[in-house]
Amino acid sequence: MSEVTLRSGPRSSRLRGYARAFGGLLLRDSRVLVREIVPFVLRTVMNPLLFVFVFAYVFPKIGQGFDGGAPDVSFATILVPGLVAVAVVFQGISAVALPLVNEFGRTREIEDRVMAPLPVGAVAVEKIVFGALQSVVAAAMVFPLVYLVPATDVSVNFDRWPLLLMVVVLSSLTAGALGLAVGTVVKPQQVPLIFSILVIPITFLGCVYYPWASLSTIRWLQFAVLVNPLVYMSEGLRTSLTPQLPHMPVAAFLGAITLSLALLSTLGVRAFLRRVRS
Amino acid sequence: MTPSIALIGLTKVYEAAGVRAVDGIDLEVGQGELFGLLGPNGAGKTTIVGMCTTRVLPTGGRVEVDGVDVVADPAGVRRRIGVVTQYNTLDRACTVAENIYYHCRFFGMSKASGRRRTDGLLEQFRLADRAEAMPDELSGGMAQRLQVARAIAHHPQVLFLDEPTAGLDPQSRIALWDIVADLRREGITVLLTTHYMEEAEQLCERVAIIDQGRILVCDTPASLVKGLNAGRVVLLALDSRDAGLLTRLGAIEGVTEVQPTDDGGVRLLAATANGRLLPQVVEAAQPNGVRDLAINDPSLETVFISLTGRDLRE
Ligand SMILES: Nc1ncnc2c1ncn2[C@@H]1O[C@H](COP(=O)(O)OP(=O)(O)OP(=O)(O)O)[C@@H](O)[C@H]1O
Ligand SMILES: [Mg+2]
Repeated sequence: MSEVTLRSGPRSSRLRGYARAFGGLLLRDSRVLVREIVPFVLRTVMNPLLFVFVFAYVFPKIGQGFDGGAPDVSFATILVPGLVAVAVVFQGISAVALPLVNEFGRTREIEDRVMAPLPVGAVAVEKIVFGALQSVVAAAMVFPLVYLVPATDVSVNFDRWPLLLMVVVLSSLTAGALGLAVGTVVKPQQVPLIFSILVIPITFLGCVYYPWASLSTIRWLQFAVLVNPLVYMSEGLRTSLTPQLPHMPVAAFLGAITLSLALLSTLGVRAFLRRVRS
Repeated sequence: MTPSIALIGLTKVYEAAGVRAVDGIDLEVGQGELFGLLGPNGAGKTTIVGMCTTRVLPTGGRVEVDGVDVVADPAGVRRRIGVVTQYNTLDRACTVAENIYYHCRFFGMSKASGRRRTDGLLEQFRLADRAEAMPDELSGGMAQRLQVARAIAHHPQVLFLDEPTAGLDPQSRIALWDIVADLRREGITVLLTTHYMEEAEQLCERVAIIDQGRILVCDTPASLVKGLNAGRVVLLALDSRDAGLLTRLGAIEGVTEVQPTDDGGVRLLAATANGRLLPQVVEAAQPNGVRDLAINDPSLETVFISLTGRDLRE
């Protein structure tokens, strides 16, 4: 068979082999996603749905309300970009990190996956890419919910769609890289800790429920949260969707998201290589 | 002809653990050969296979598979080999059929040829009626057959099997031996590791006995046994054992080796099994209380014991 006998042959046929293997990995992951579509939808939709329902539907109806530091727009308007950003990051954990912990620990599946005929680093990159695809889908699913459910007016606009697209894609890749890094270093018995020491602090301190600018009254916190990549994703989506709200400069969040992506993917791929090759 | 697998001064040291797992191994396995690495727990079998299959980086020496260096071109080597690890690494999120099908896709087969290959292998490995089952629903024997089927799905020239029958019931073990023998007939080079004597003896054309990361001997099972120069192995179970007994037994004509066993008995190797041997053995051992006496043909196990003074199953 031609694909088996190709020796240290021409570079292009070698790269074609890698590309086919990479495509095969994506195909396998897609198949599994389709089979597990119901759990995927539930885990993606439940948190933002309940959140907007309680805070942007029930609370306004029963006369409670926040303004998240921007009194002239509804809280729902602040929440839309924030909750979409959370959905993106959360996929990194649930679609990349958690399965990976299992594949390393309980099932040892990873030992077979890295026998695929492509560089081992590419197997790790495939995890990031497929996680990012799920993040994009999650963002597209969550958006209509958080847009339609609130009882109050939500004012978003899509005039800046190229920026929106860029932020969503970069954020999704960063979420996938975060998932790879976490999934590679965490042991199976530490999984519950992922939620209490990572997911919860990241979301509560990720400028999801308030714009970053409104933290100016708590100066130290405003600086402290800058280590959190979710801050830049929320701000990036806020700038793209609800530019009427105070937001970070475009160069600041694009630069920061790109930097997080570079750092997390380097860290993740390195840790992956260390774990599968002794 | 390039050897199928060539190990040259292959060494692996785990610095952190301070373990010299593989200690300068030289070995050549020919094209189409069915070769066995036989050794006790911790001998270094999995580490050797790990280095041959690009999973473990050598600290010294080289491995070439089909002339391709495993460190210089790991992906190229992976294209040529099939691997069944010591543990079940089946994809638990995919069905039995999908385990094979996606493996085919990883190795560049088209949708149609992947389907065809999957159906063929399911049939060949008697898994067709479980095609839609999930791997966790399979018996140990079936899971192992599926692992082998998956490993050869891309038509590798070399197949590595790390303890393929460990933990299998006798019936599944024999079924797997048949499979391996068939593969060998198809011309695939097979390197398997095992700590079952019978497996190495019955299945493999050549065997290397390894211990503590080194090859002790390497030859056909028949030559290894013949090299012992022993026609019979006599096992004595005794009430007591002392130095005098060992001397008395060693002095008997035709006895070539006397070894104390772990359970307080004695193992004798005898060049010939003439009629005078047993009466003399019994007479010499009588003062120590002979509880039981067994006579066996020498086997690879005998070879291992006479090389290391230890039993393989510990
Ligand atoms: N990742 C590792 N780190 C440190 N030491 C290791 C590692 N892997 C193996 N070893 C050590 O190397 C030696 C050889 O191990 P290996 O797994 O190759 O033996 P084996 O012959 O396959 O044994 P078994 O029959 O139990 O599978 C052992 O002493 C083992 O403890
Ligand atoms: Mg082993």
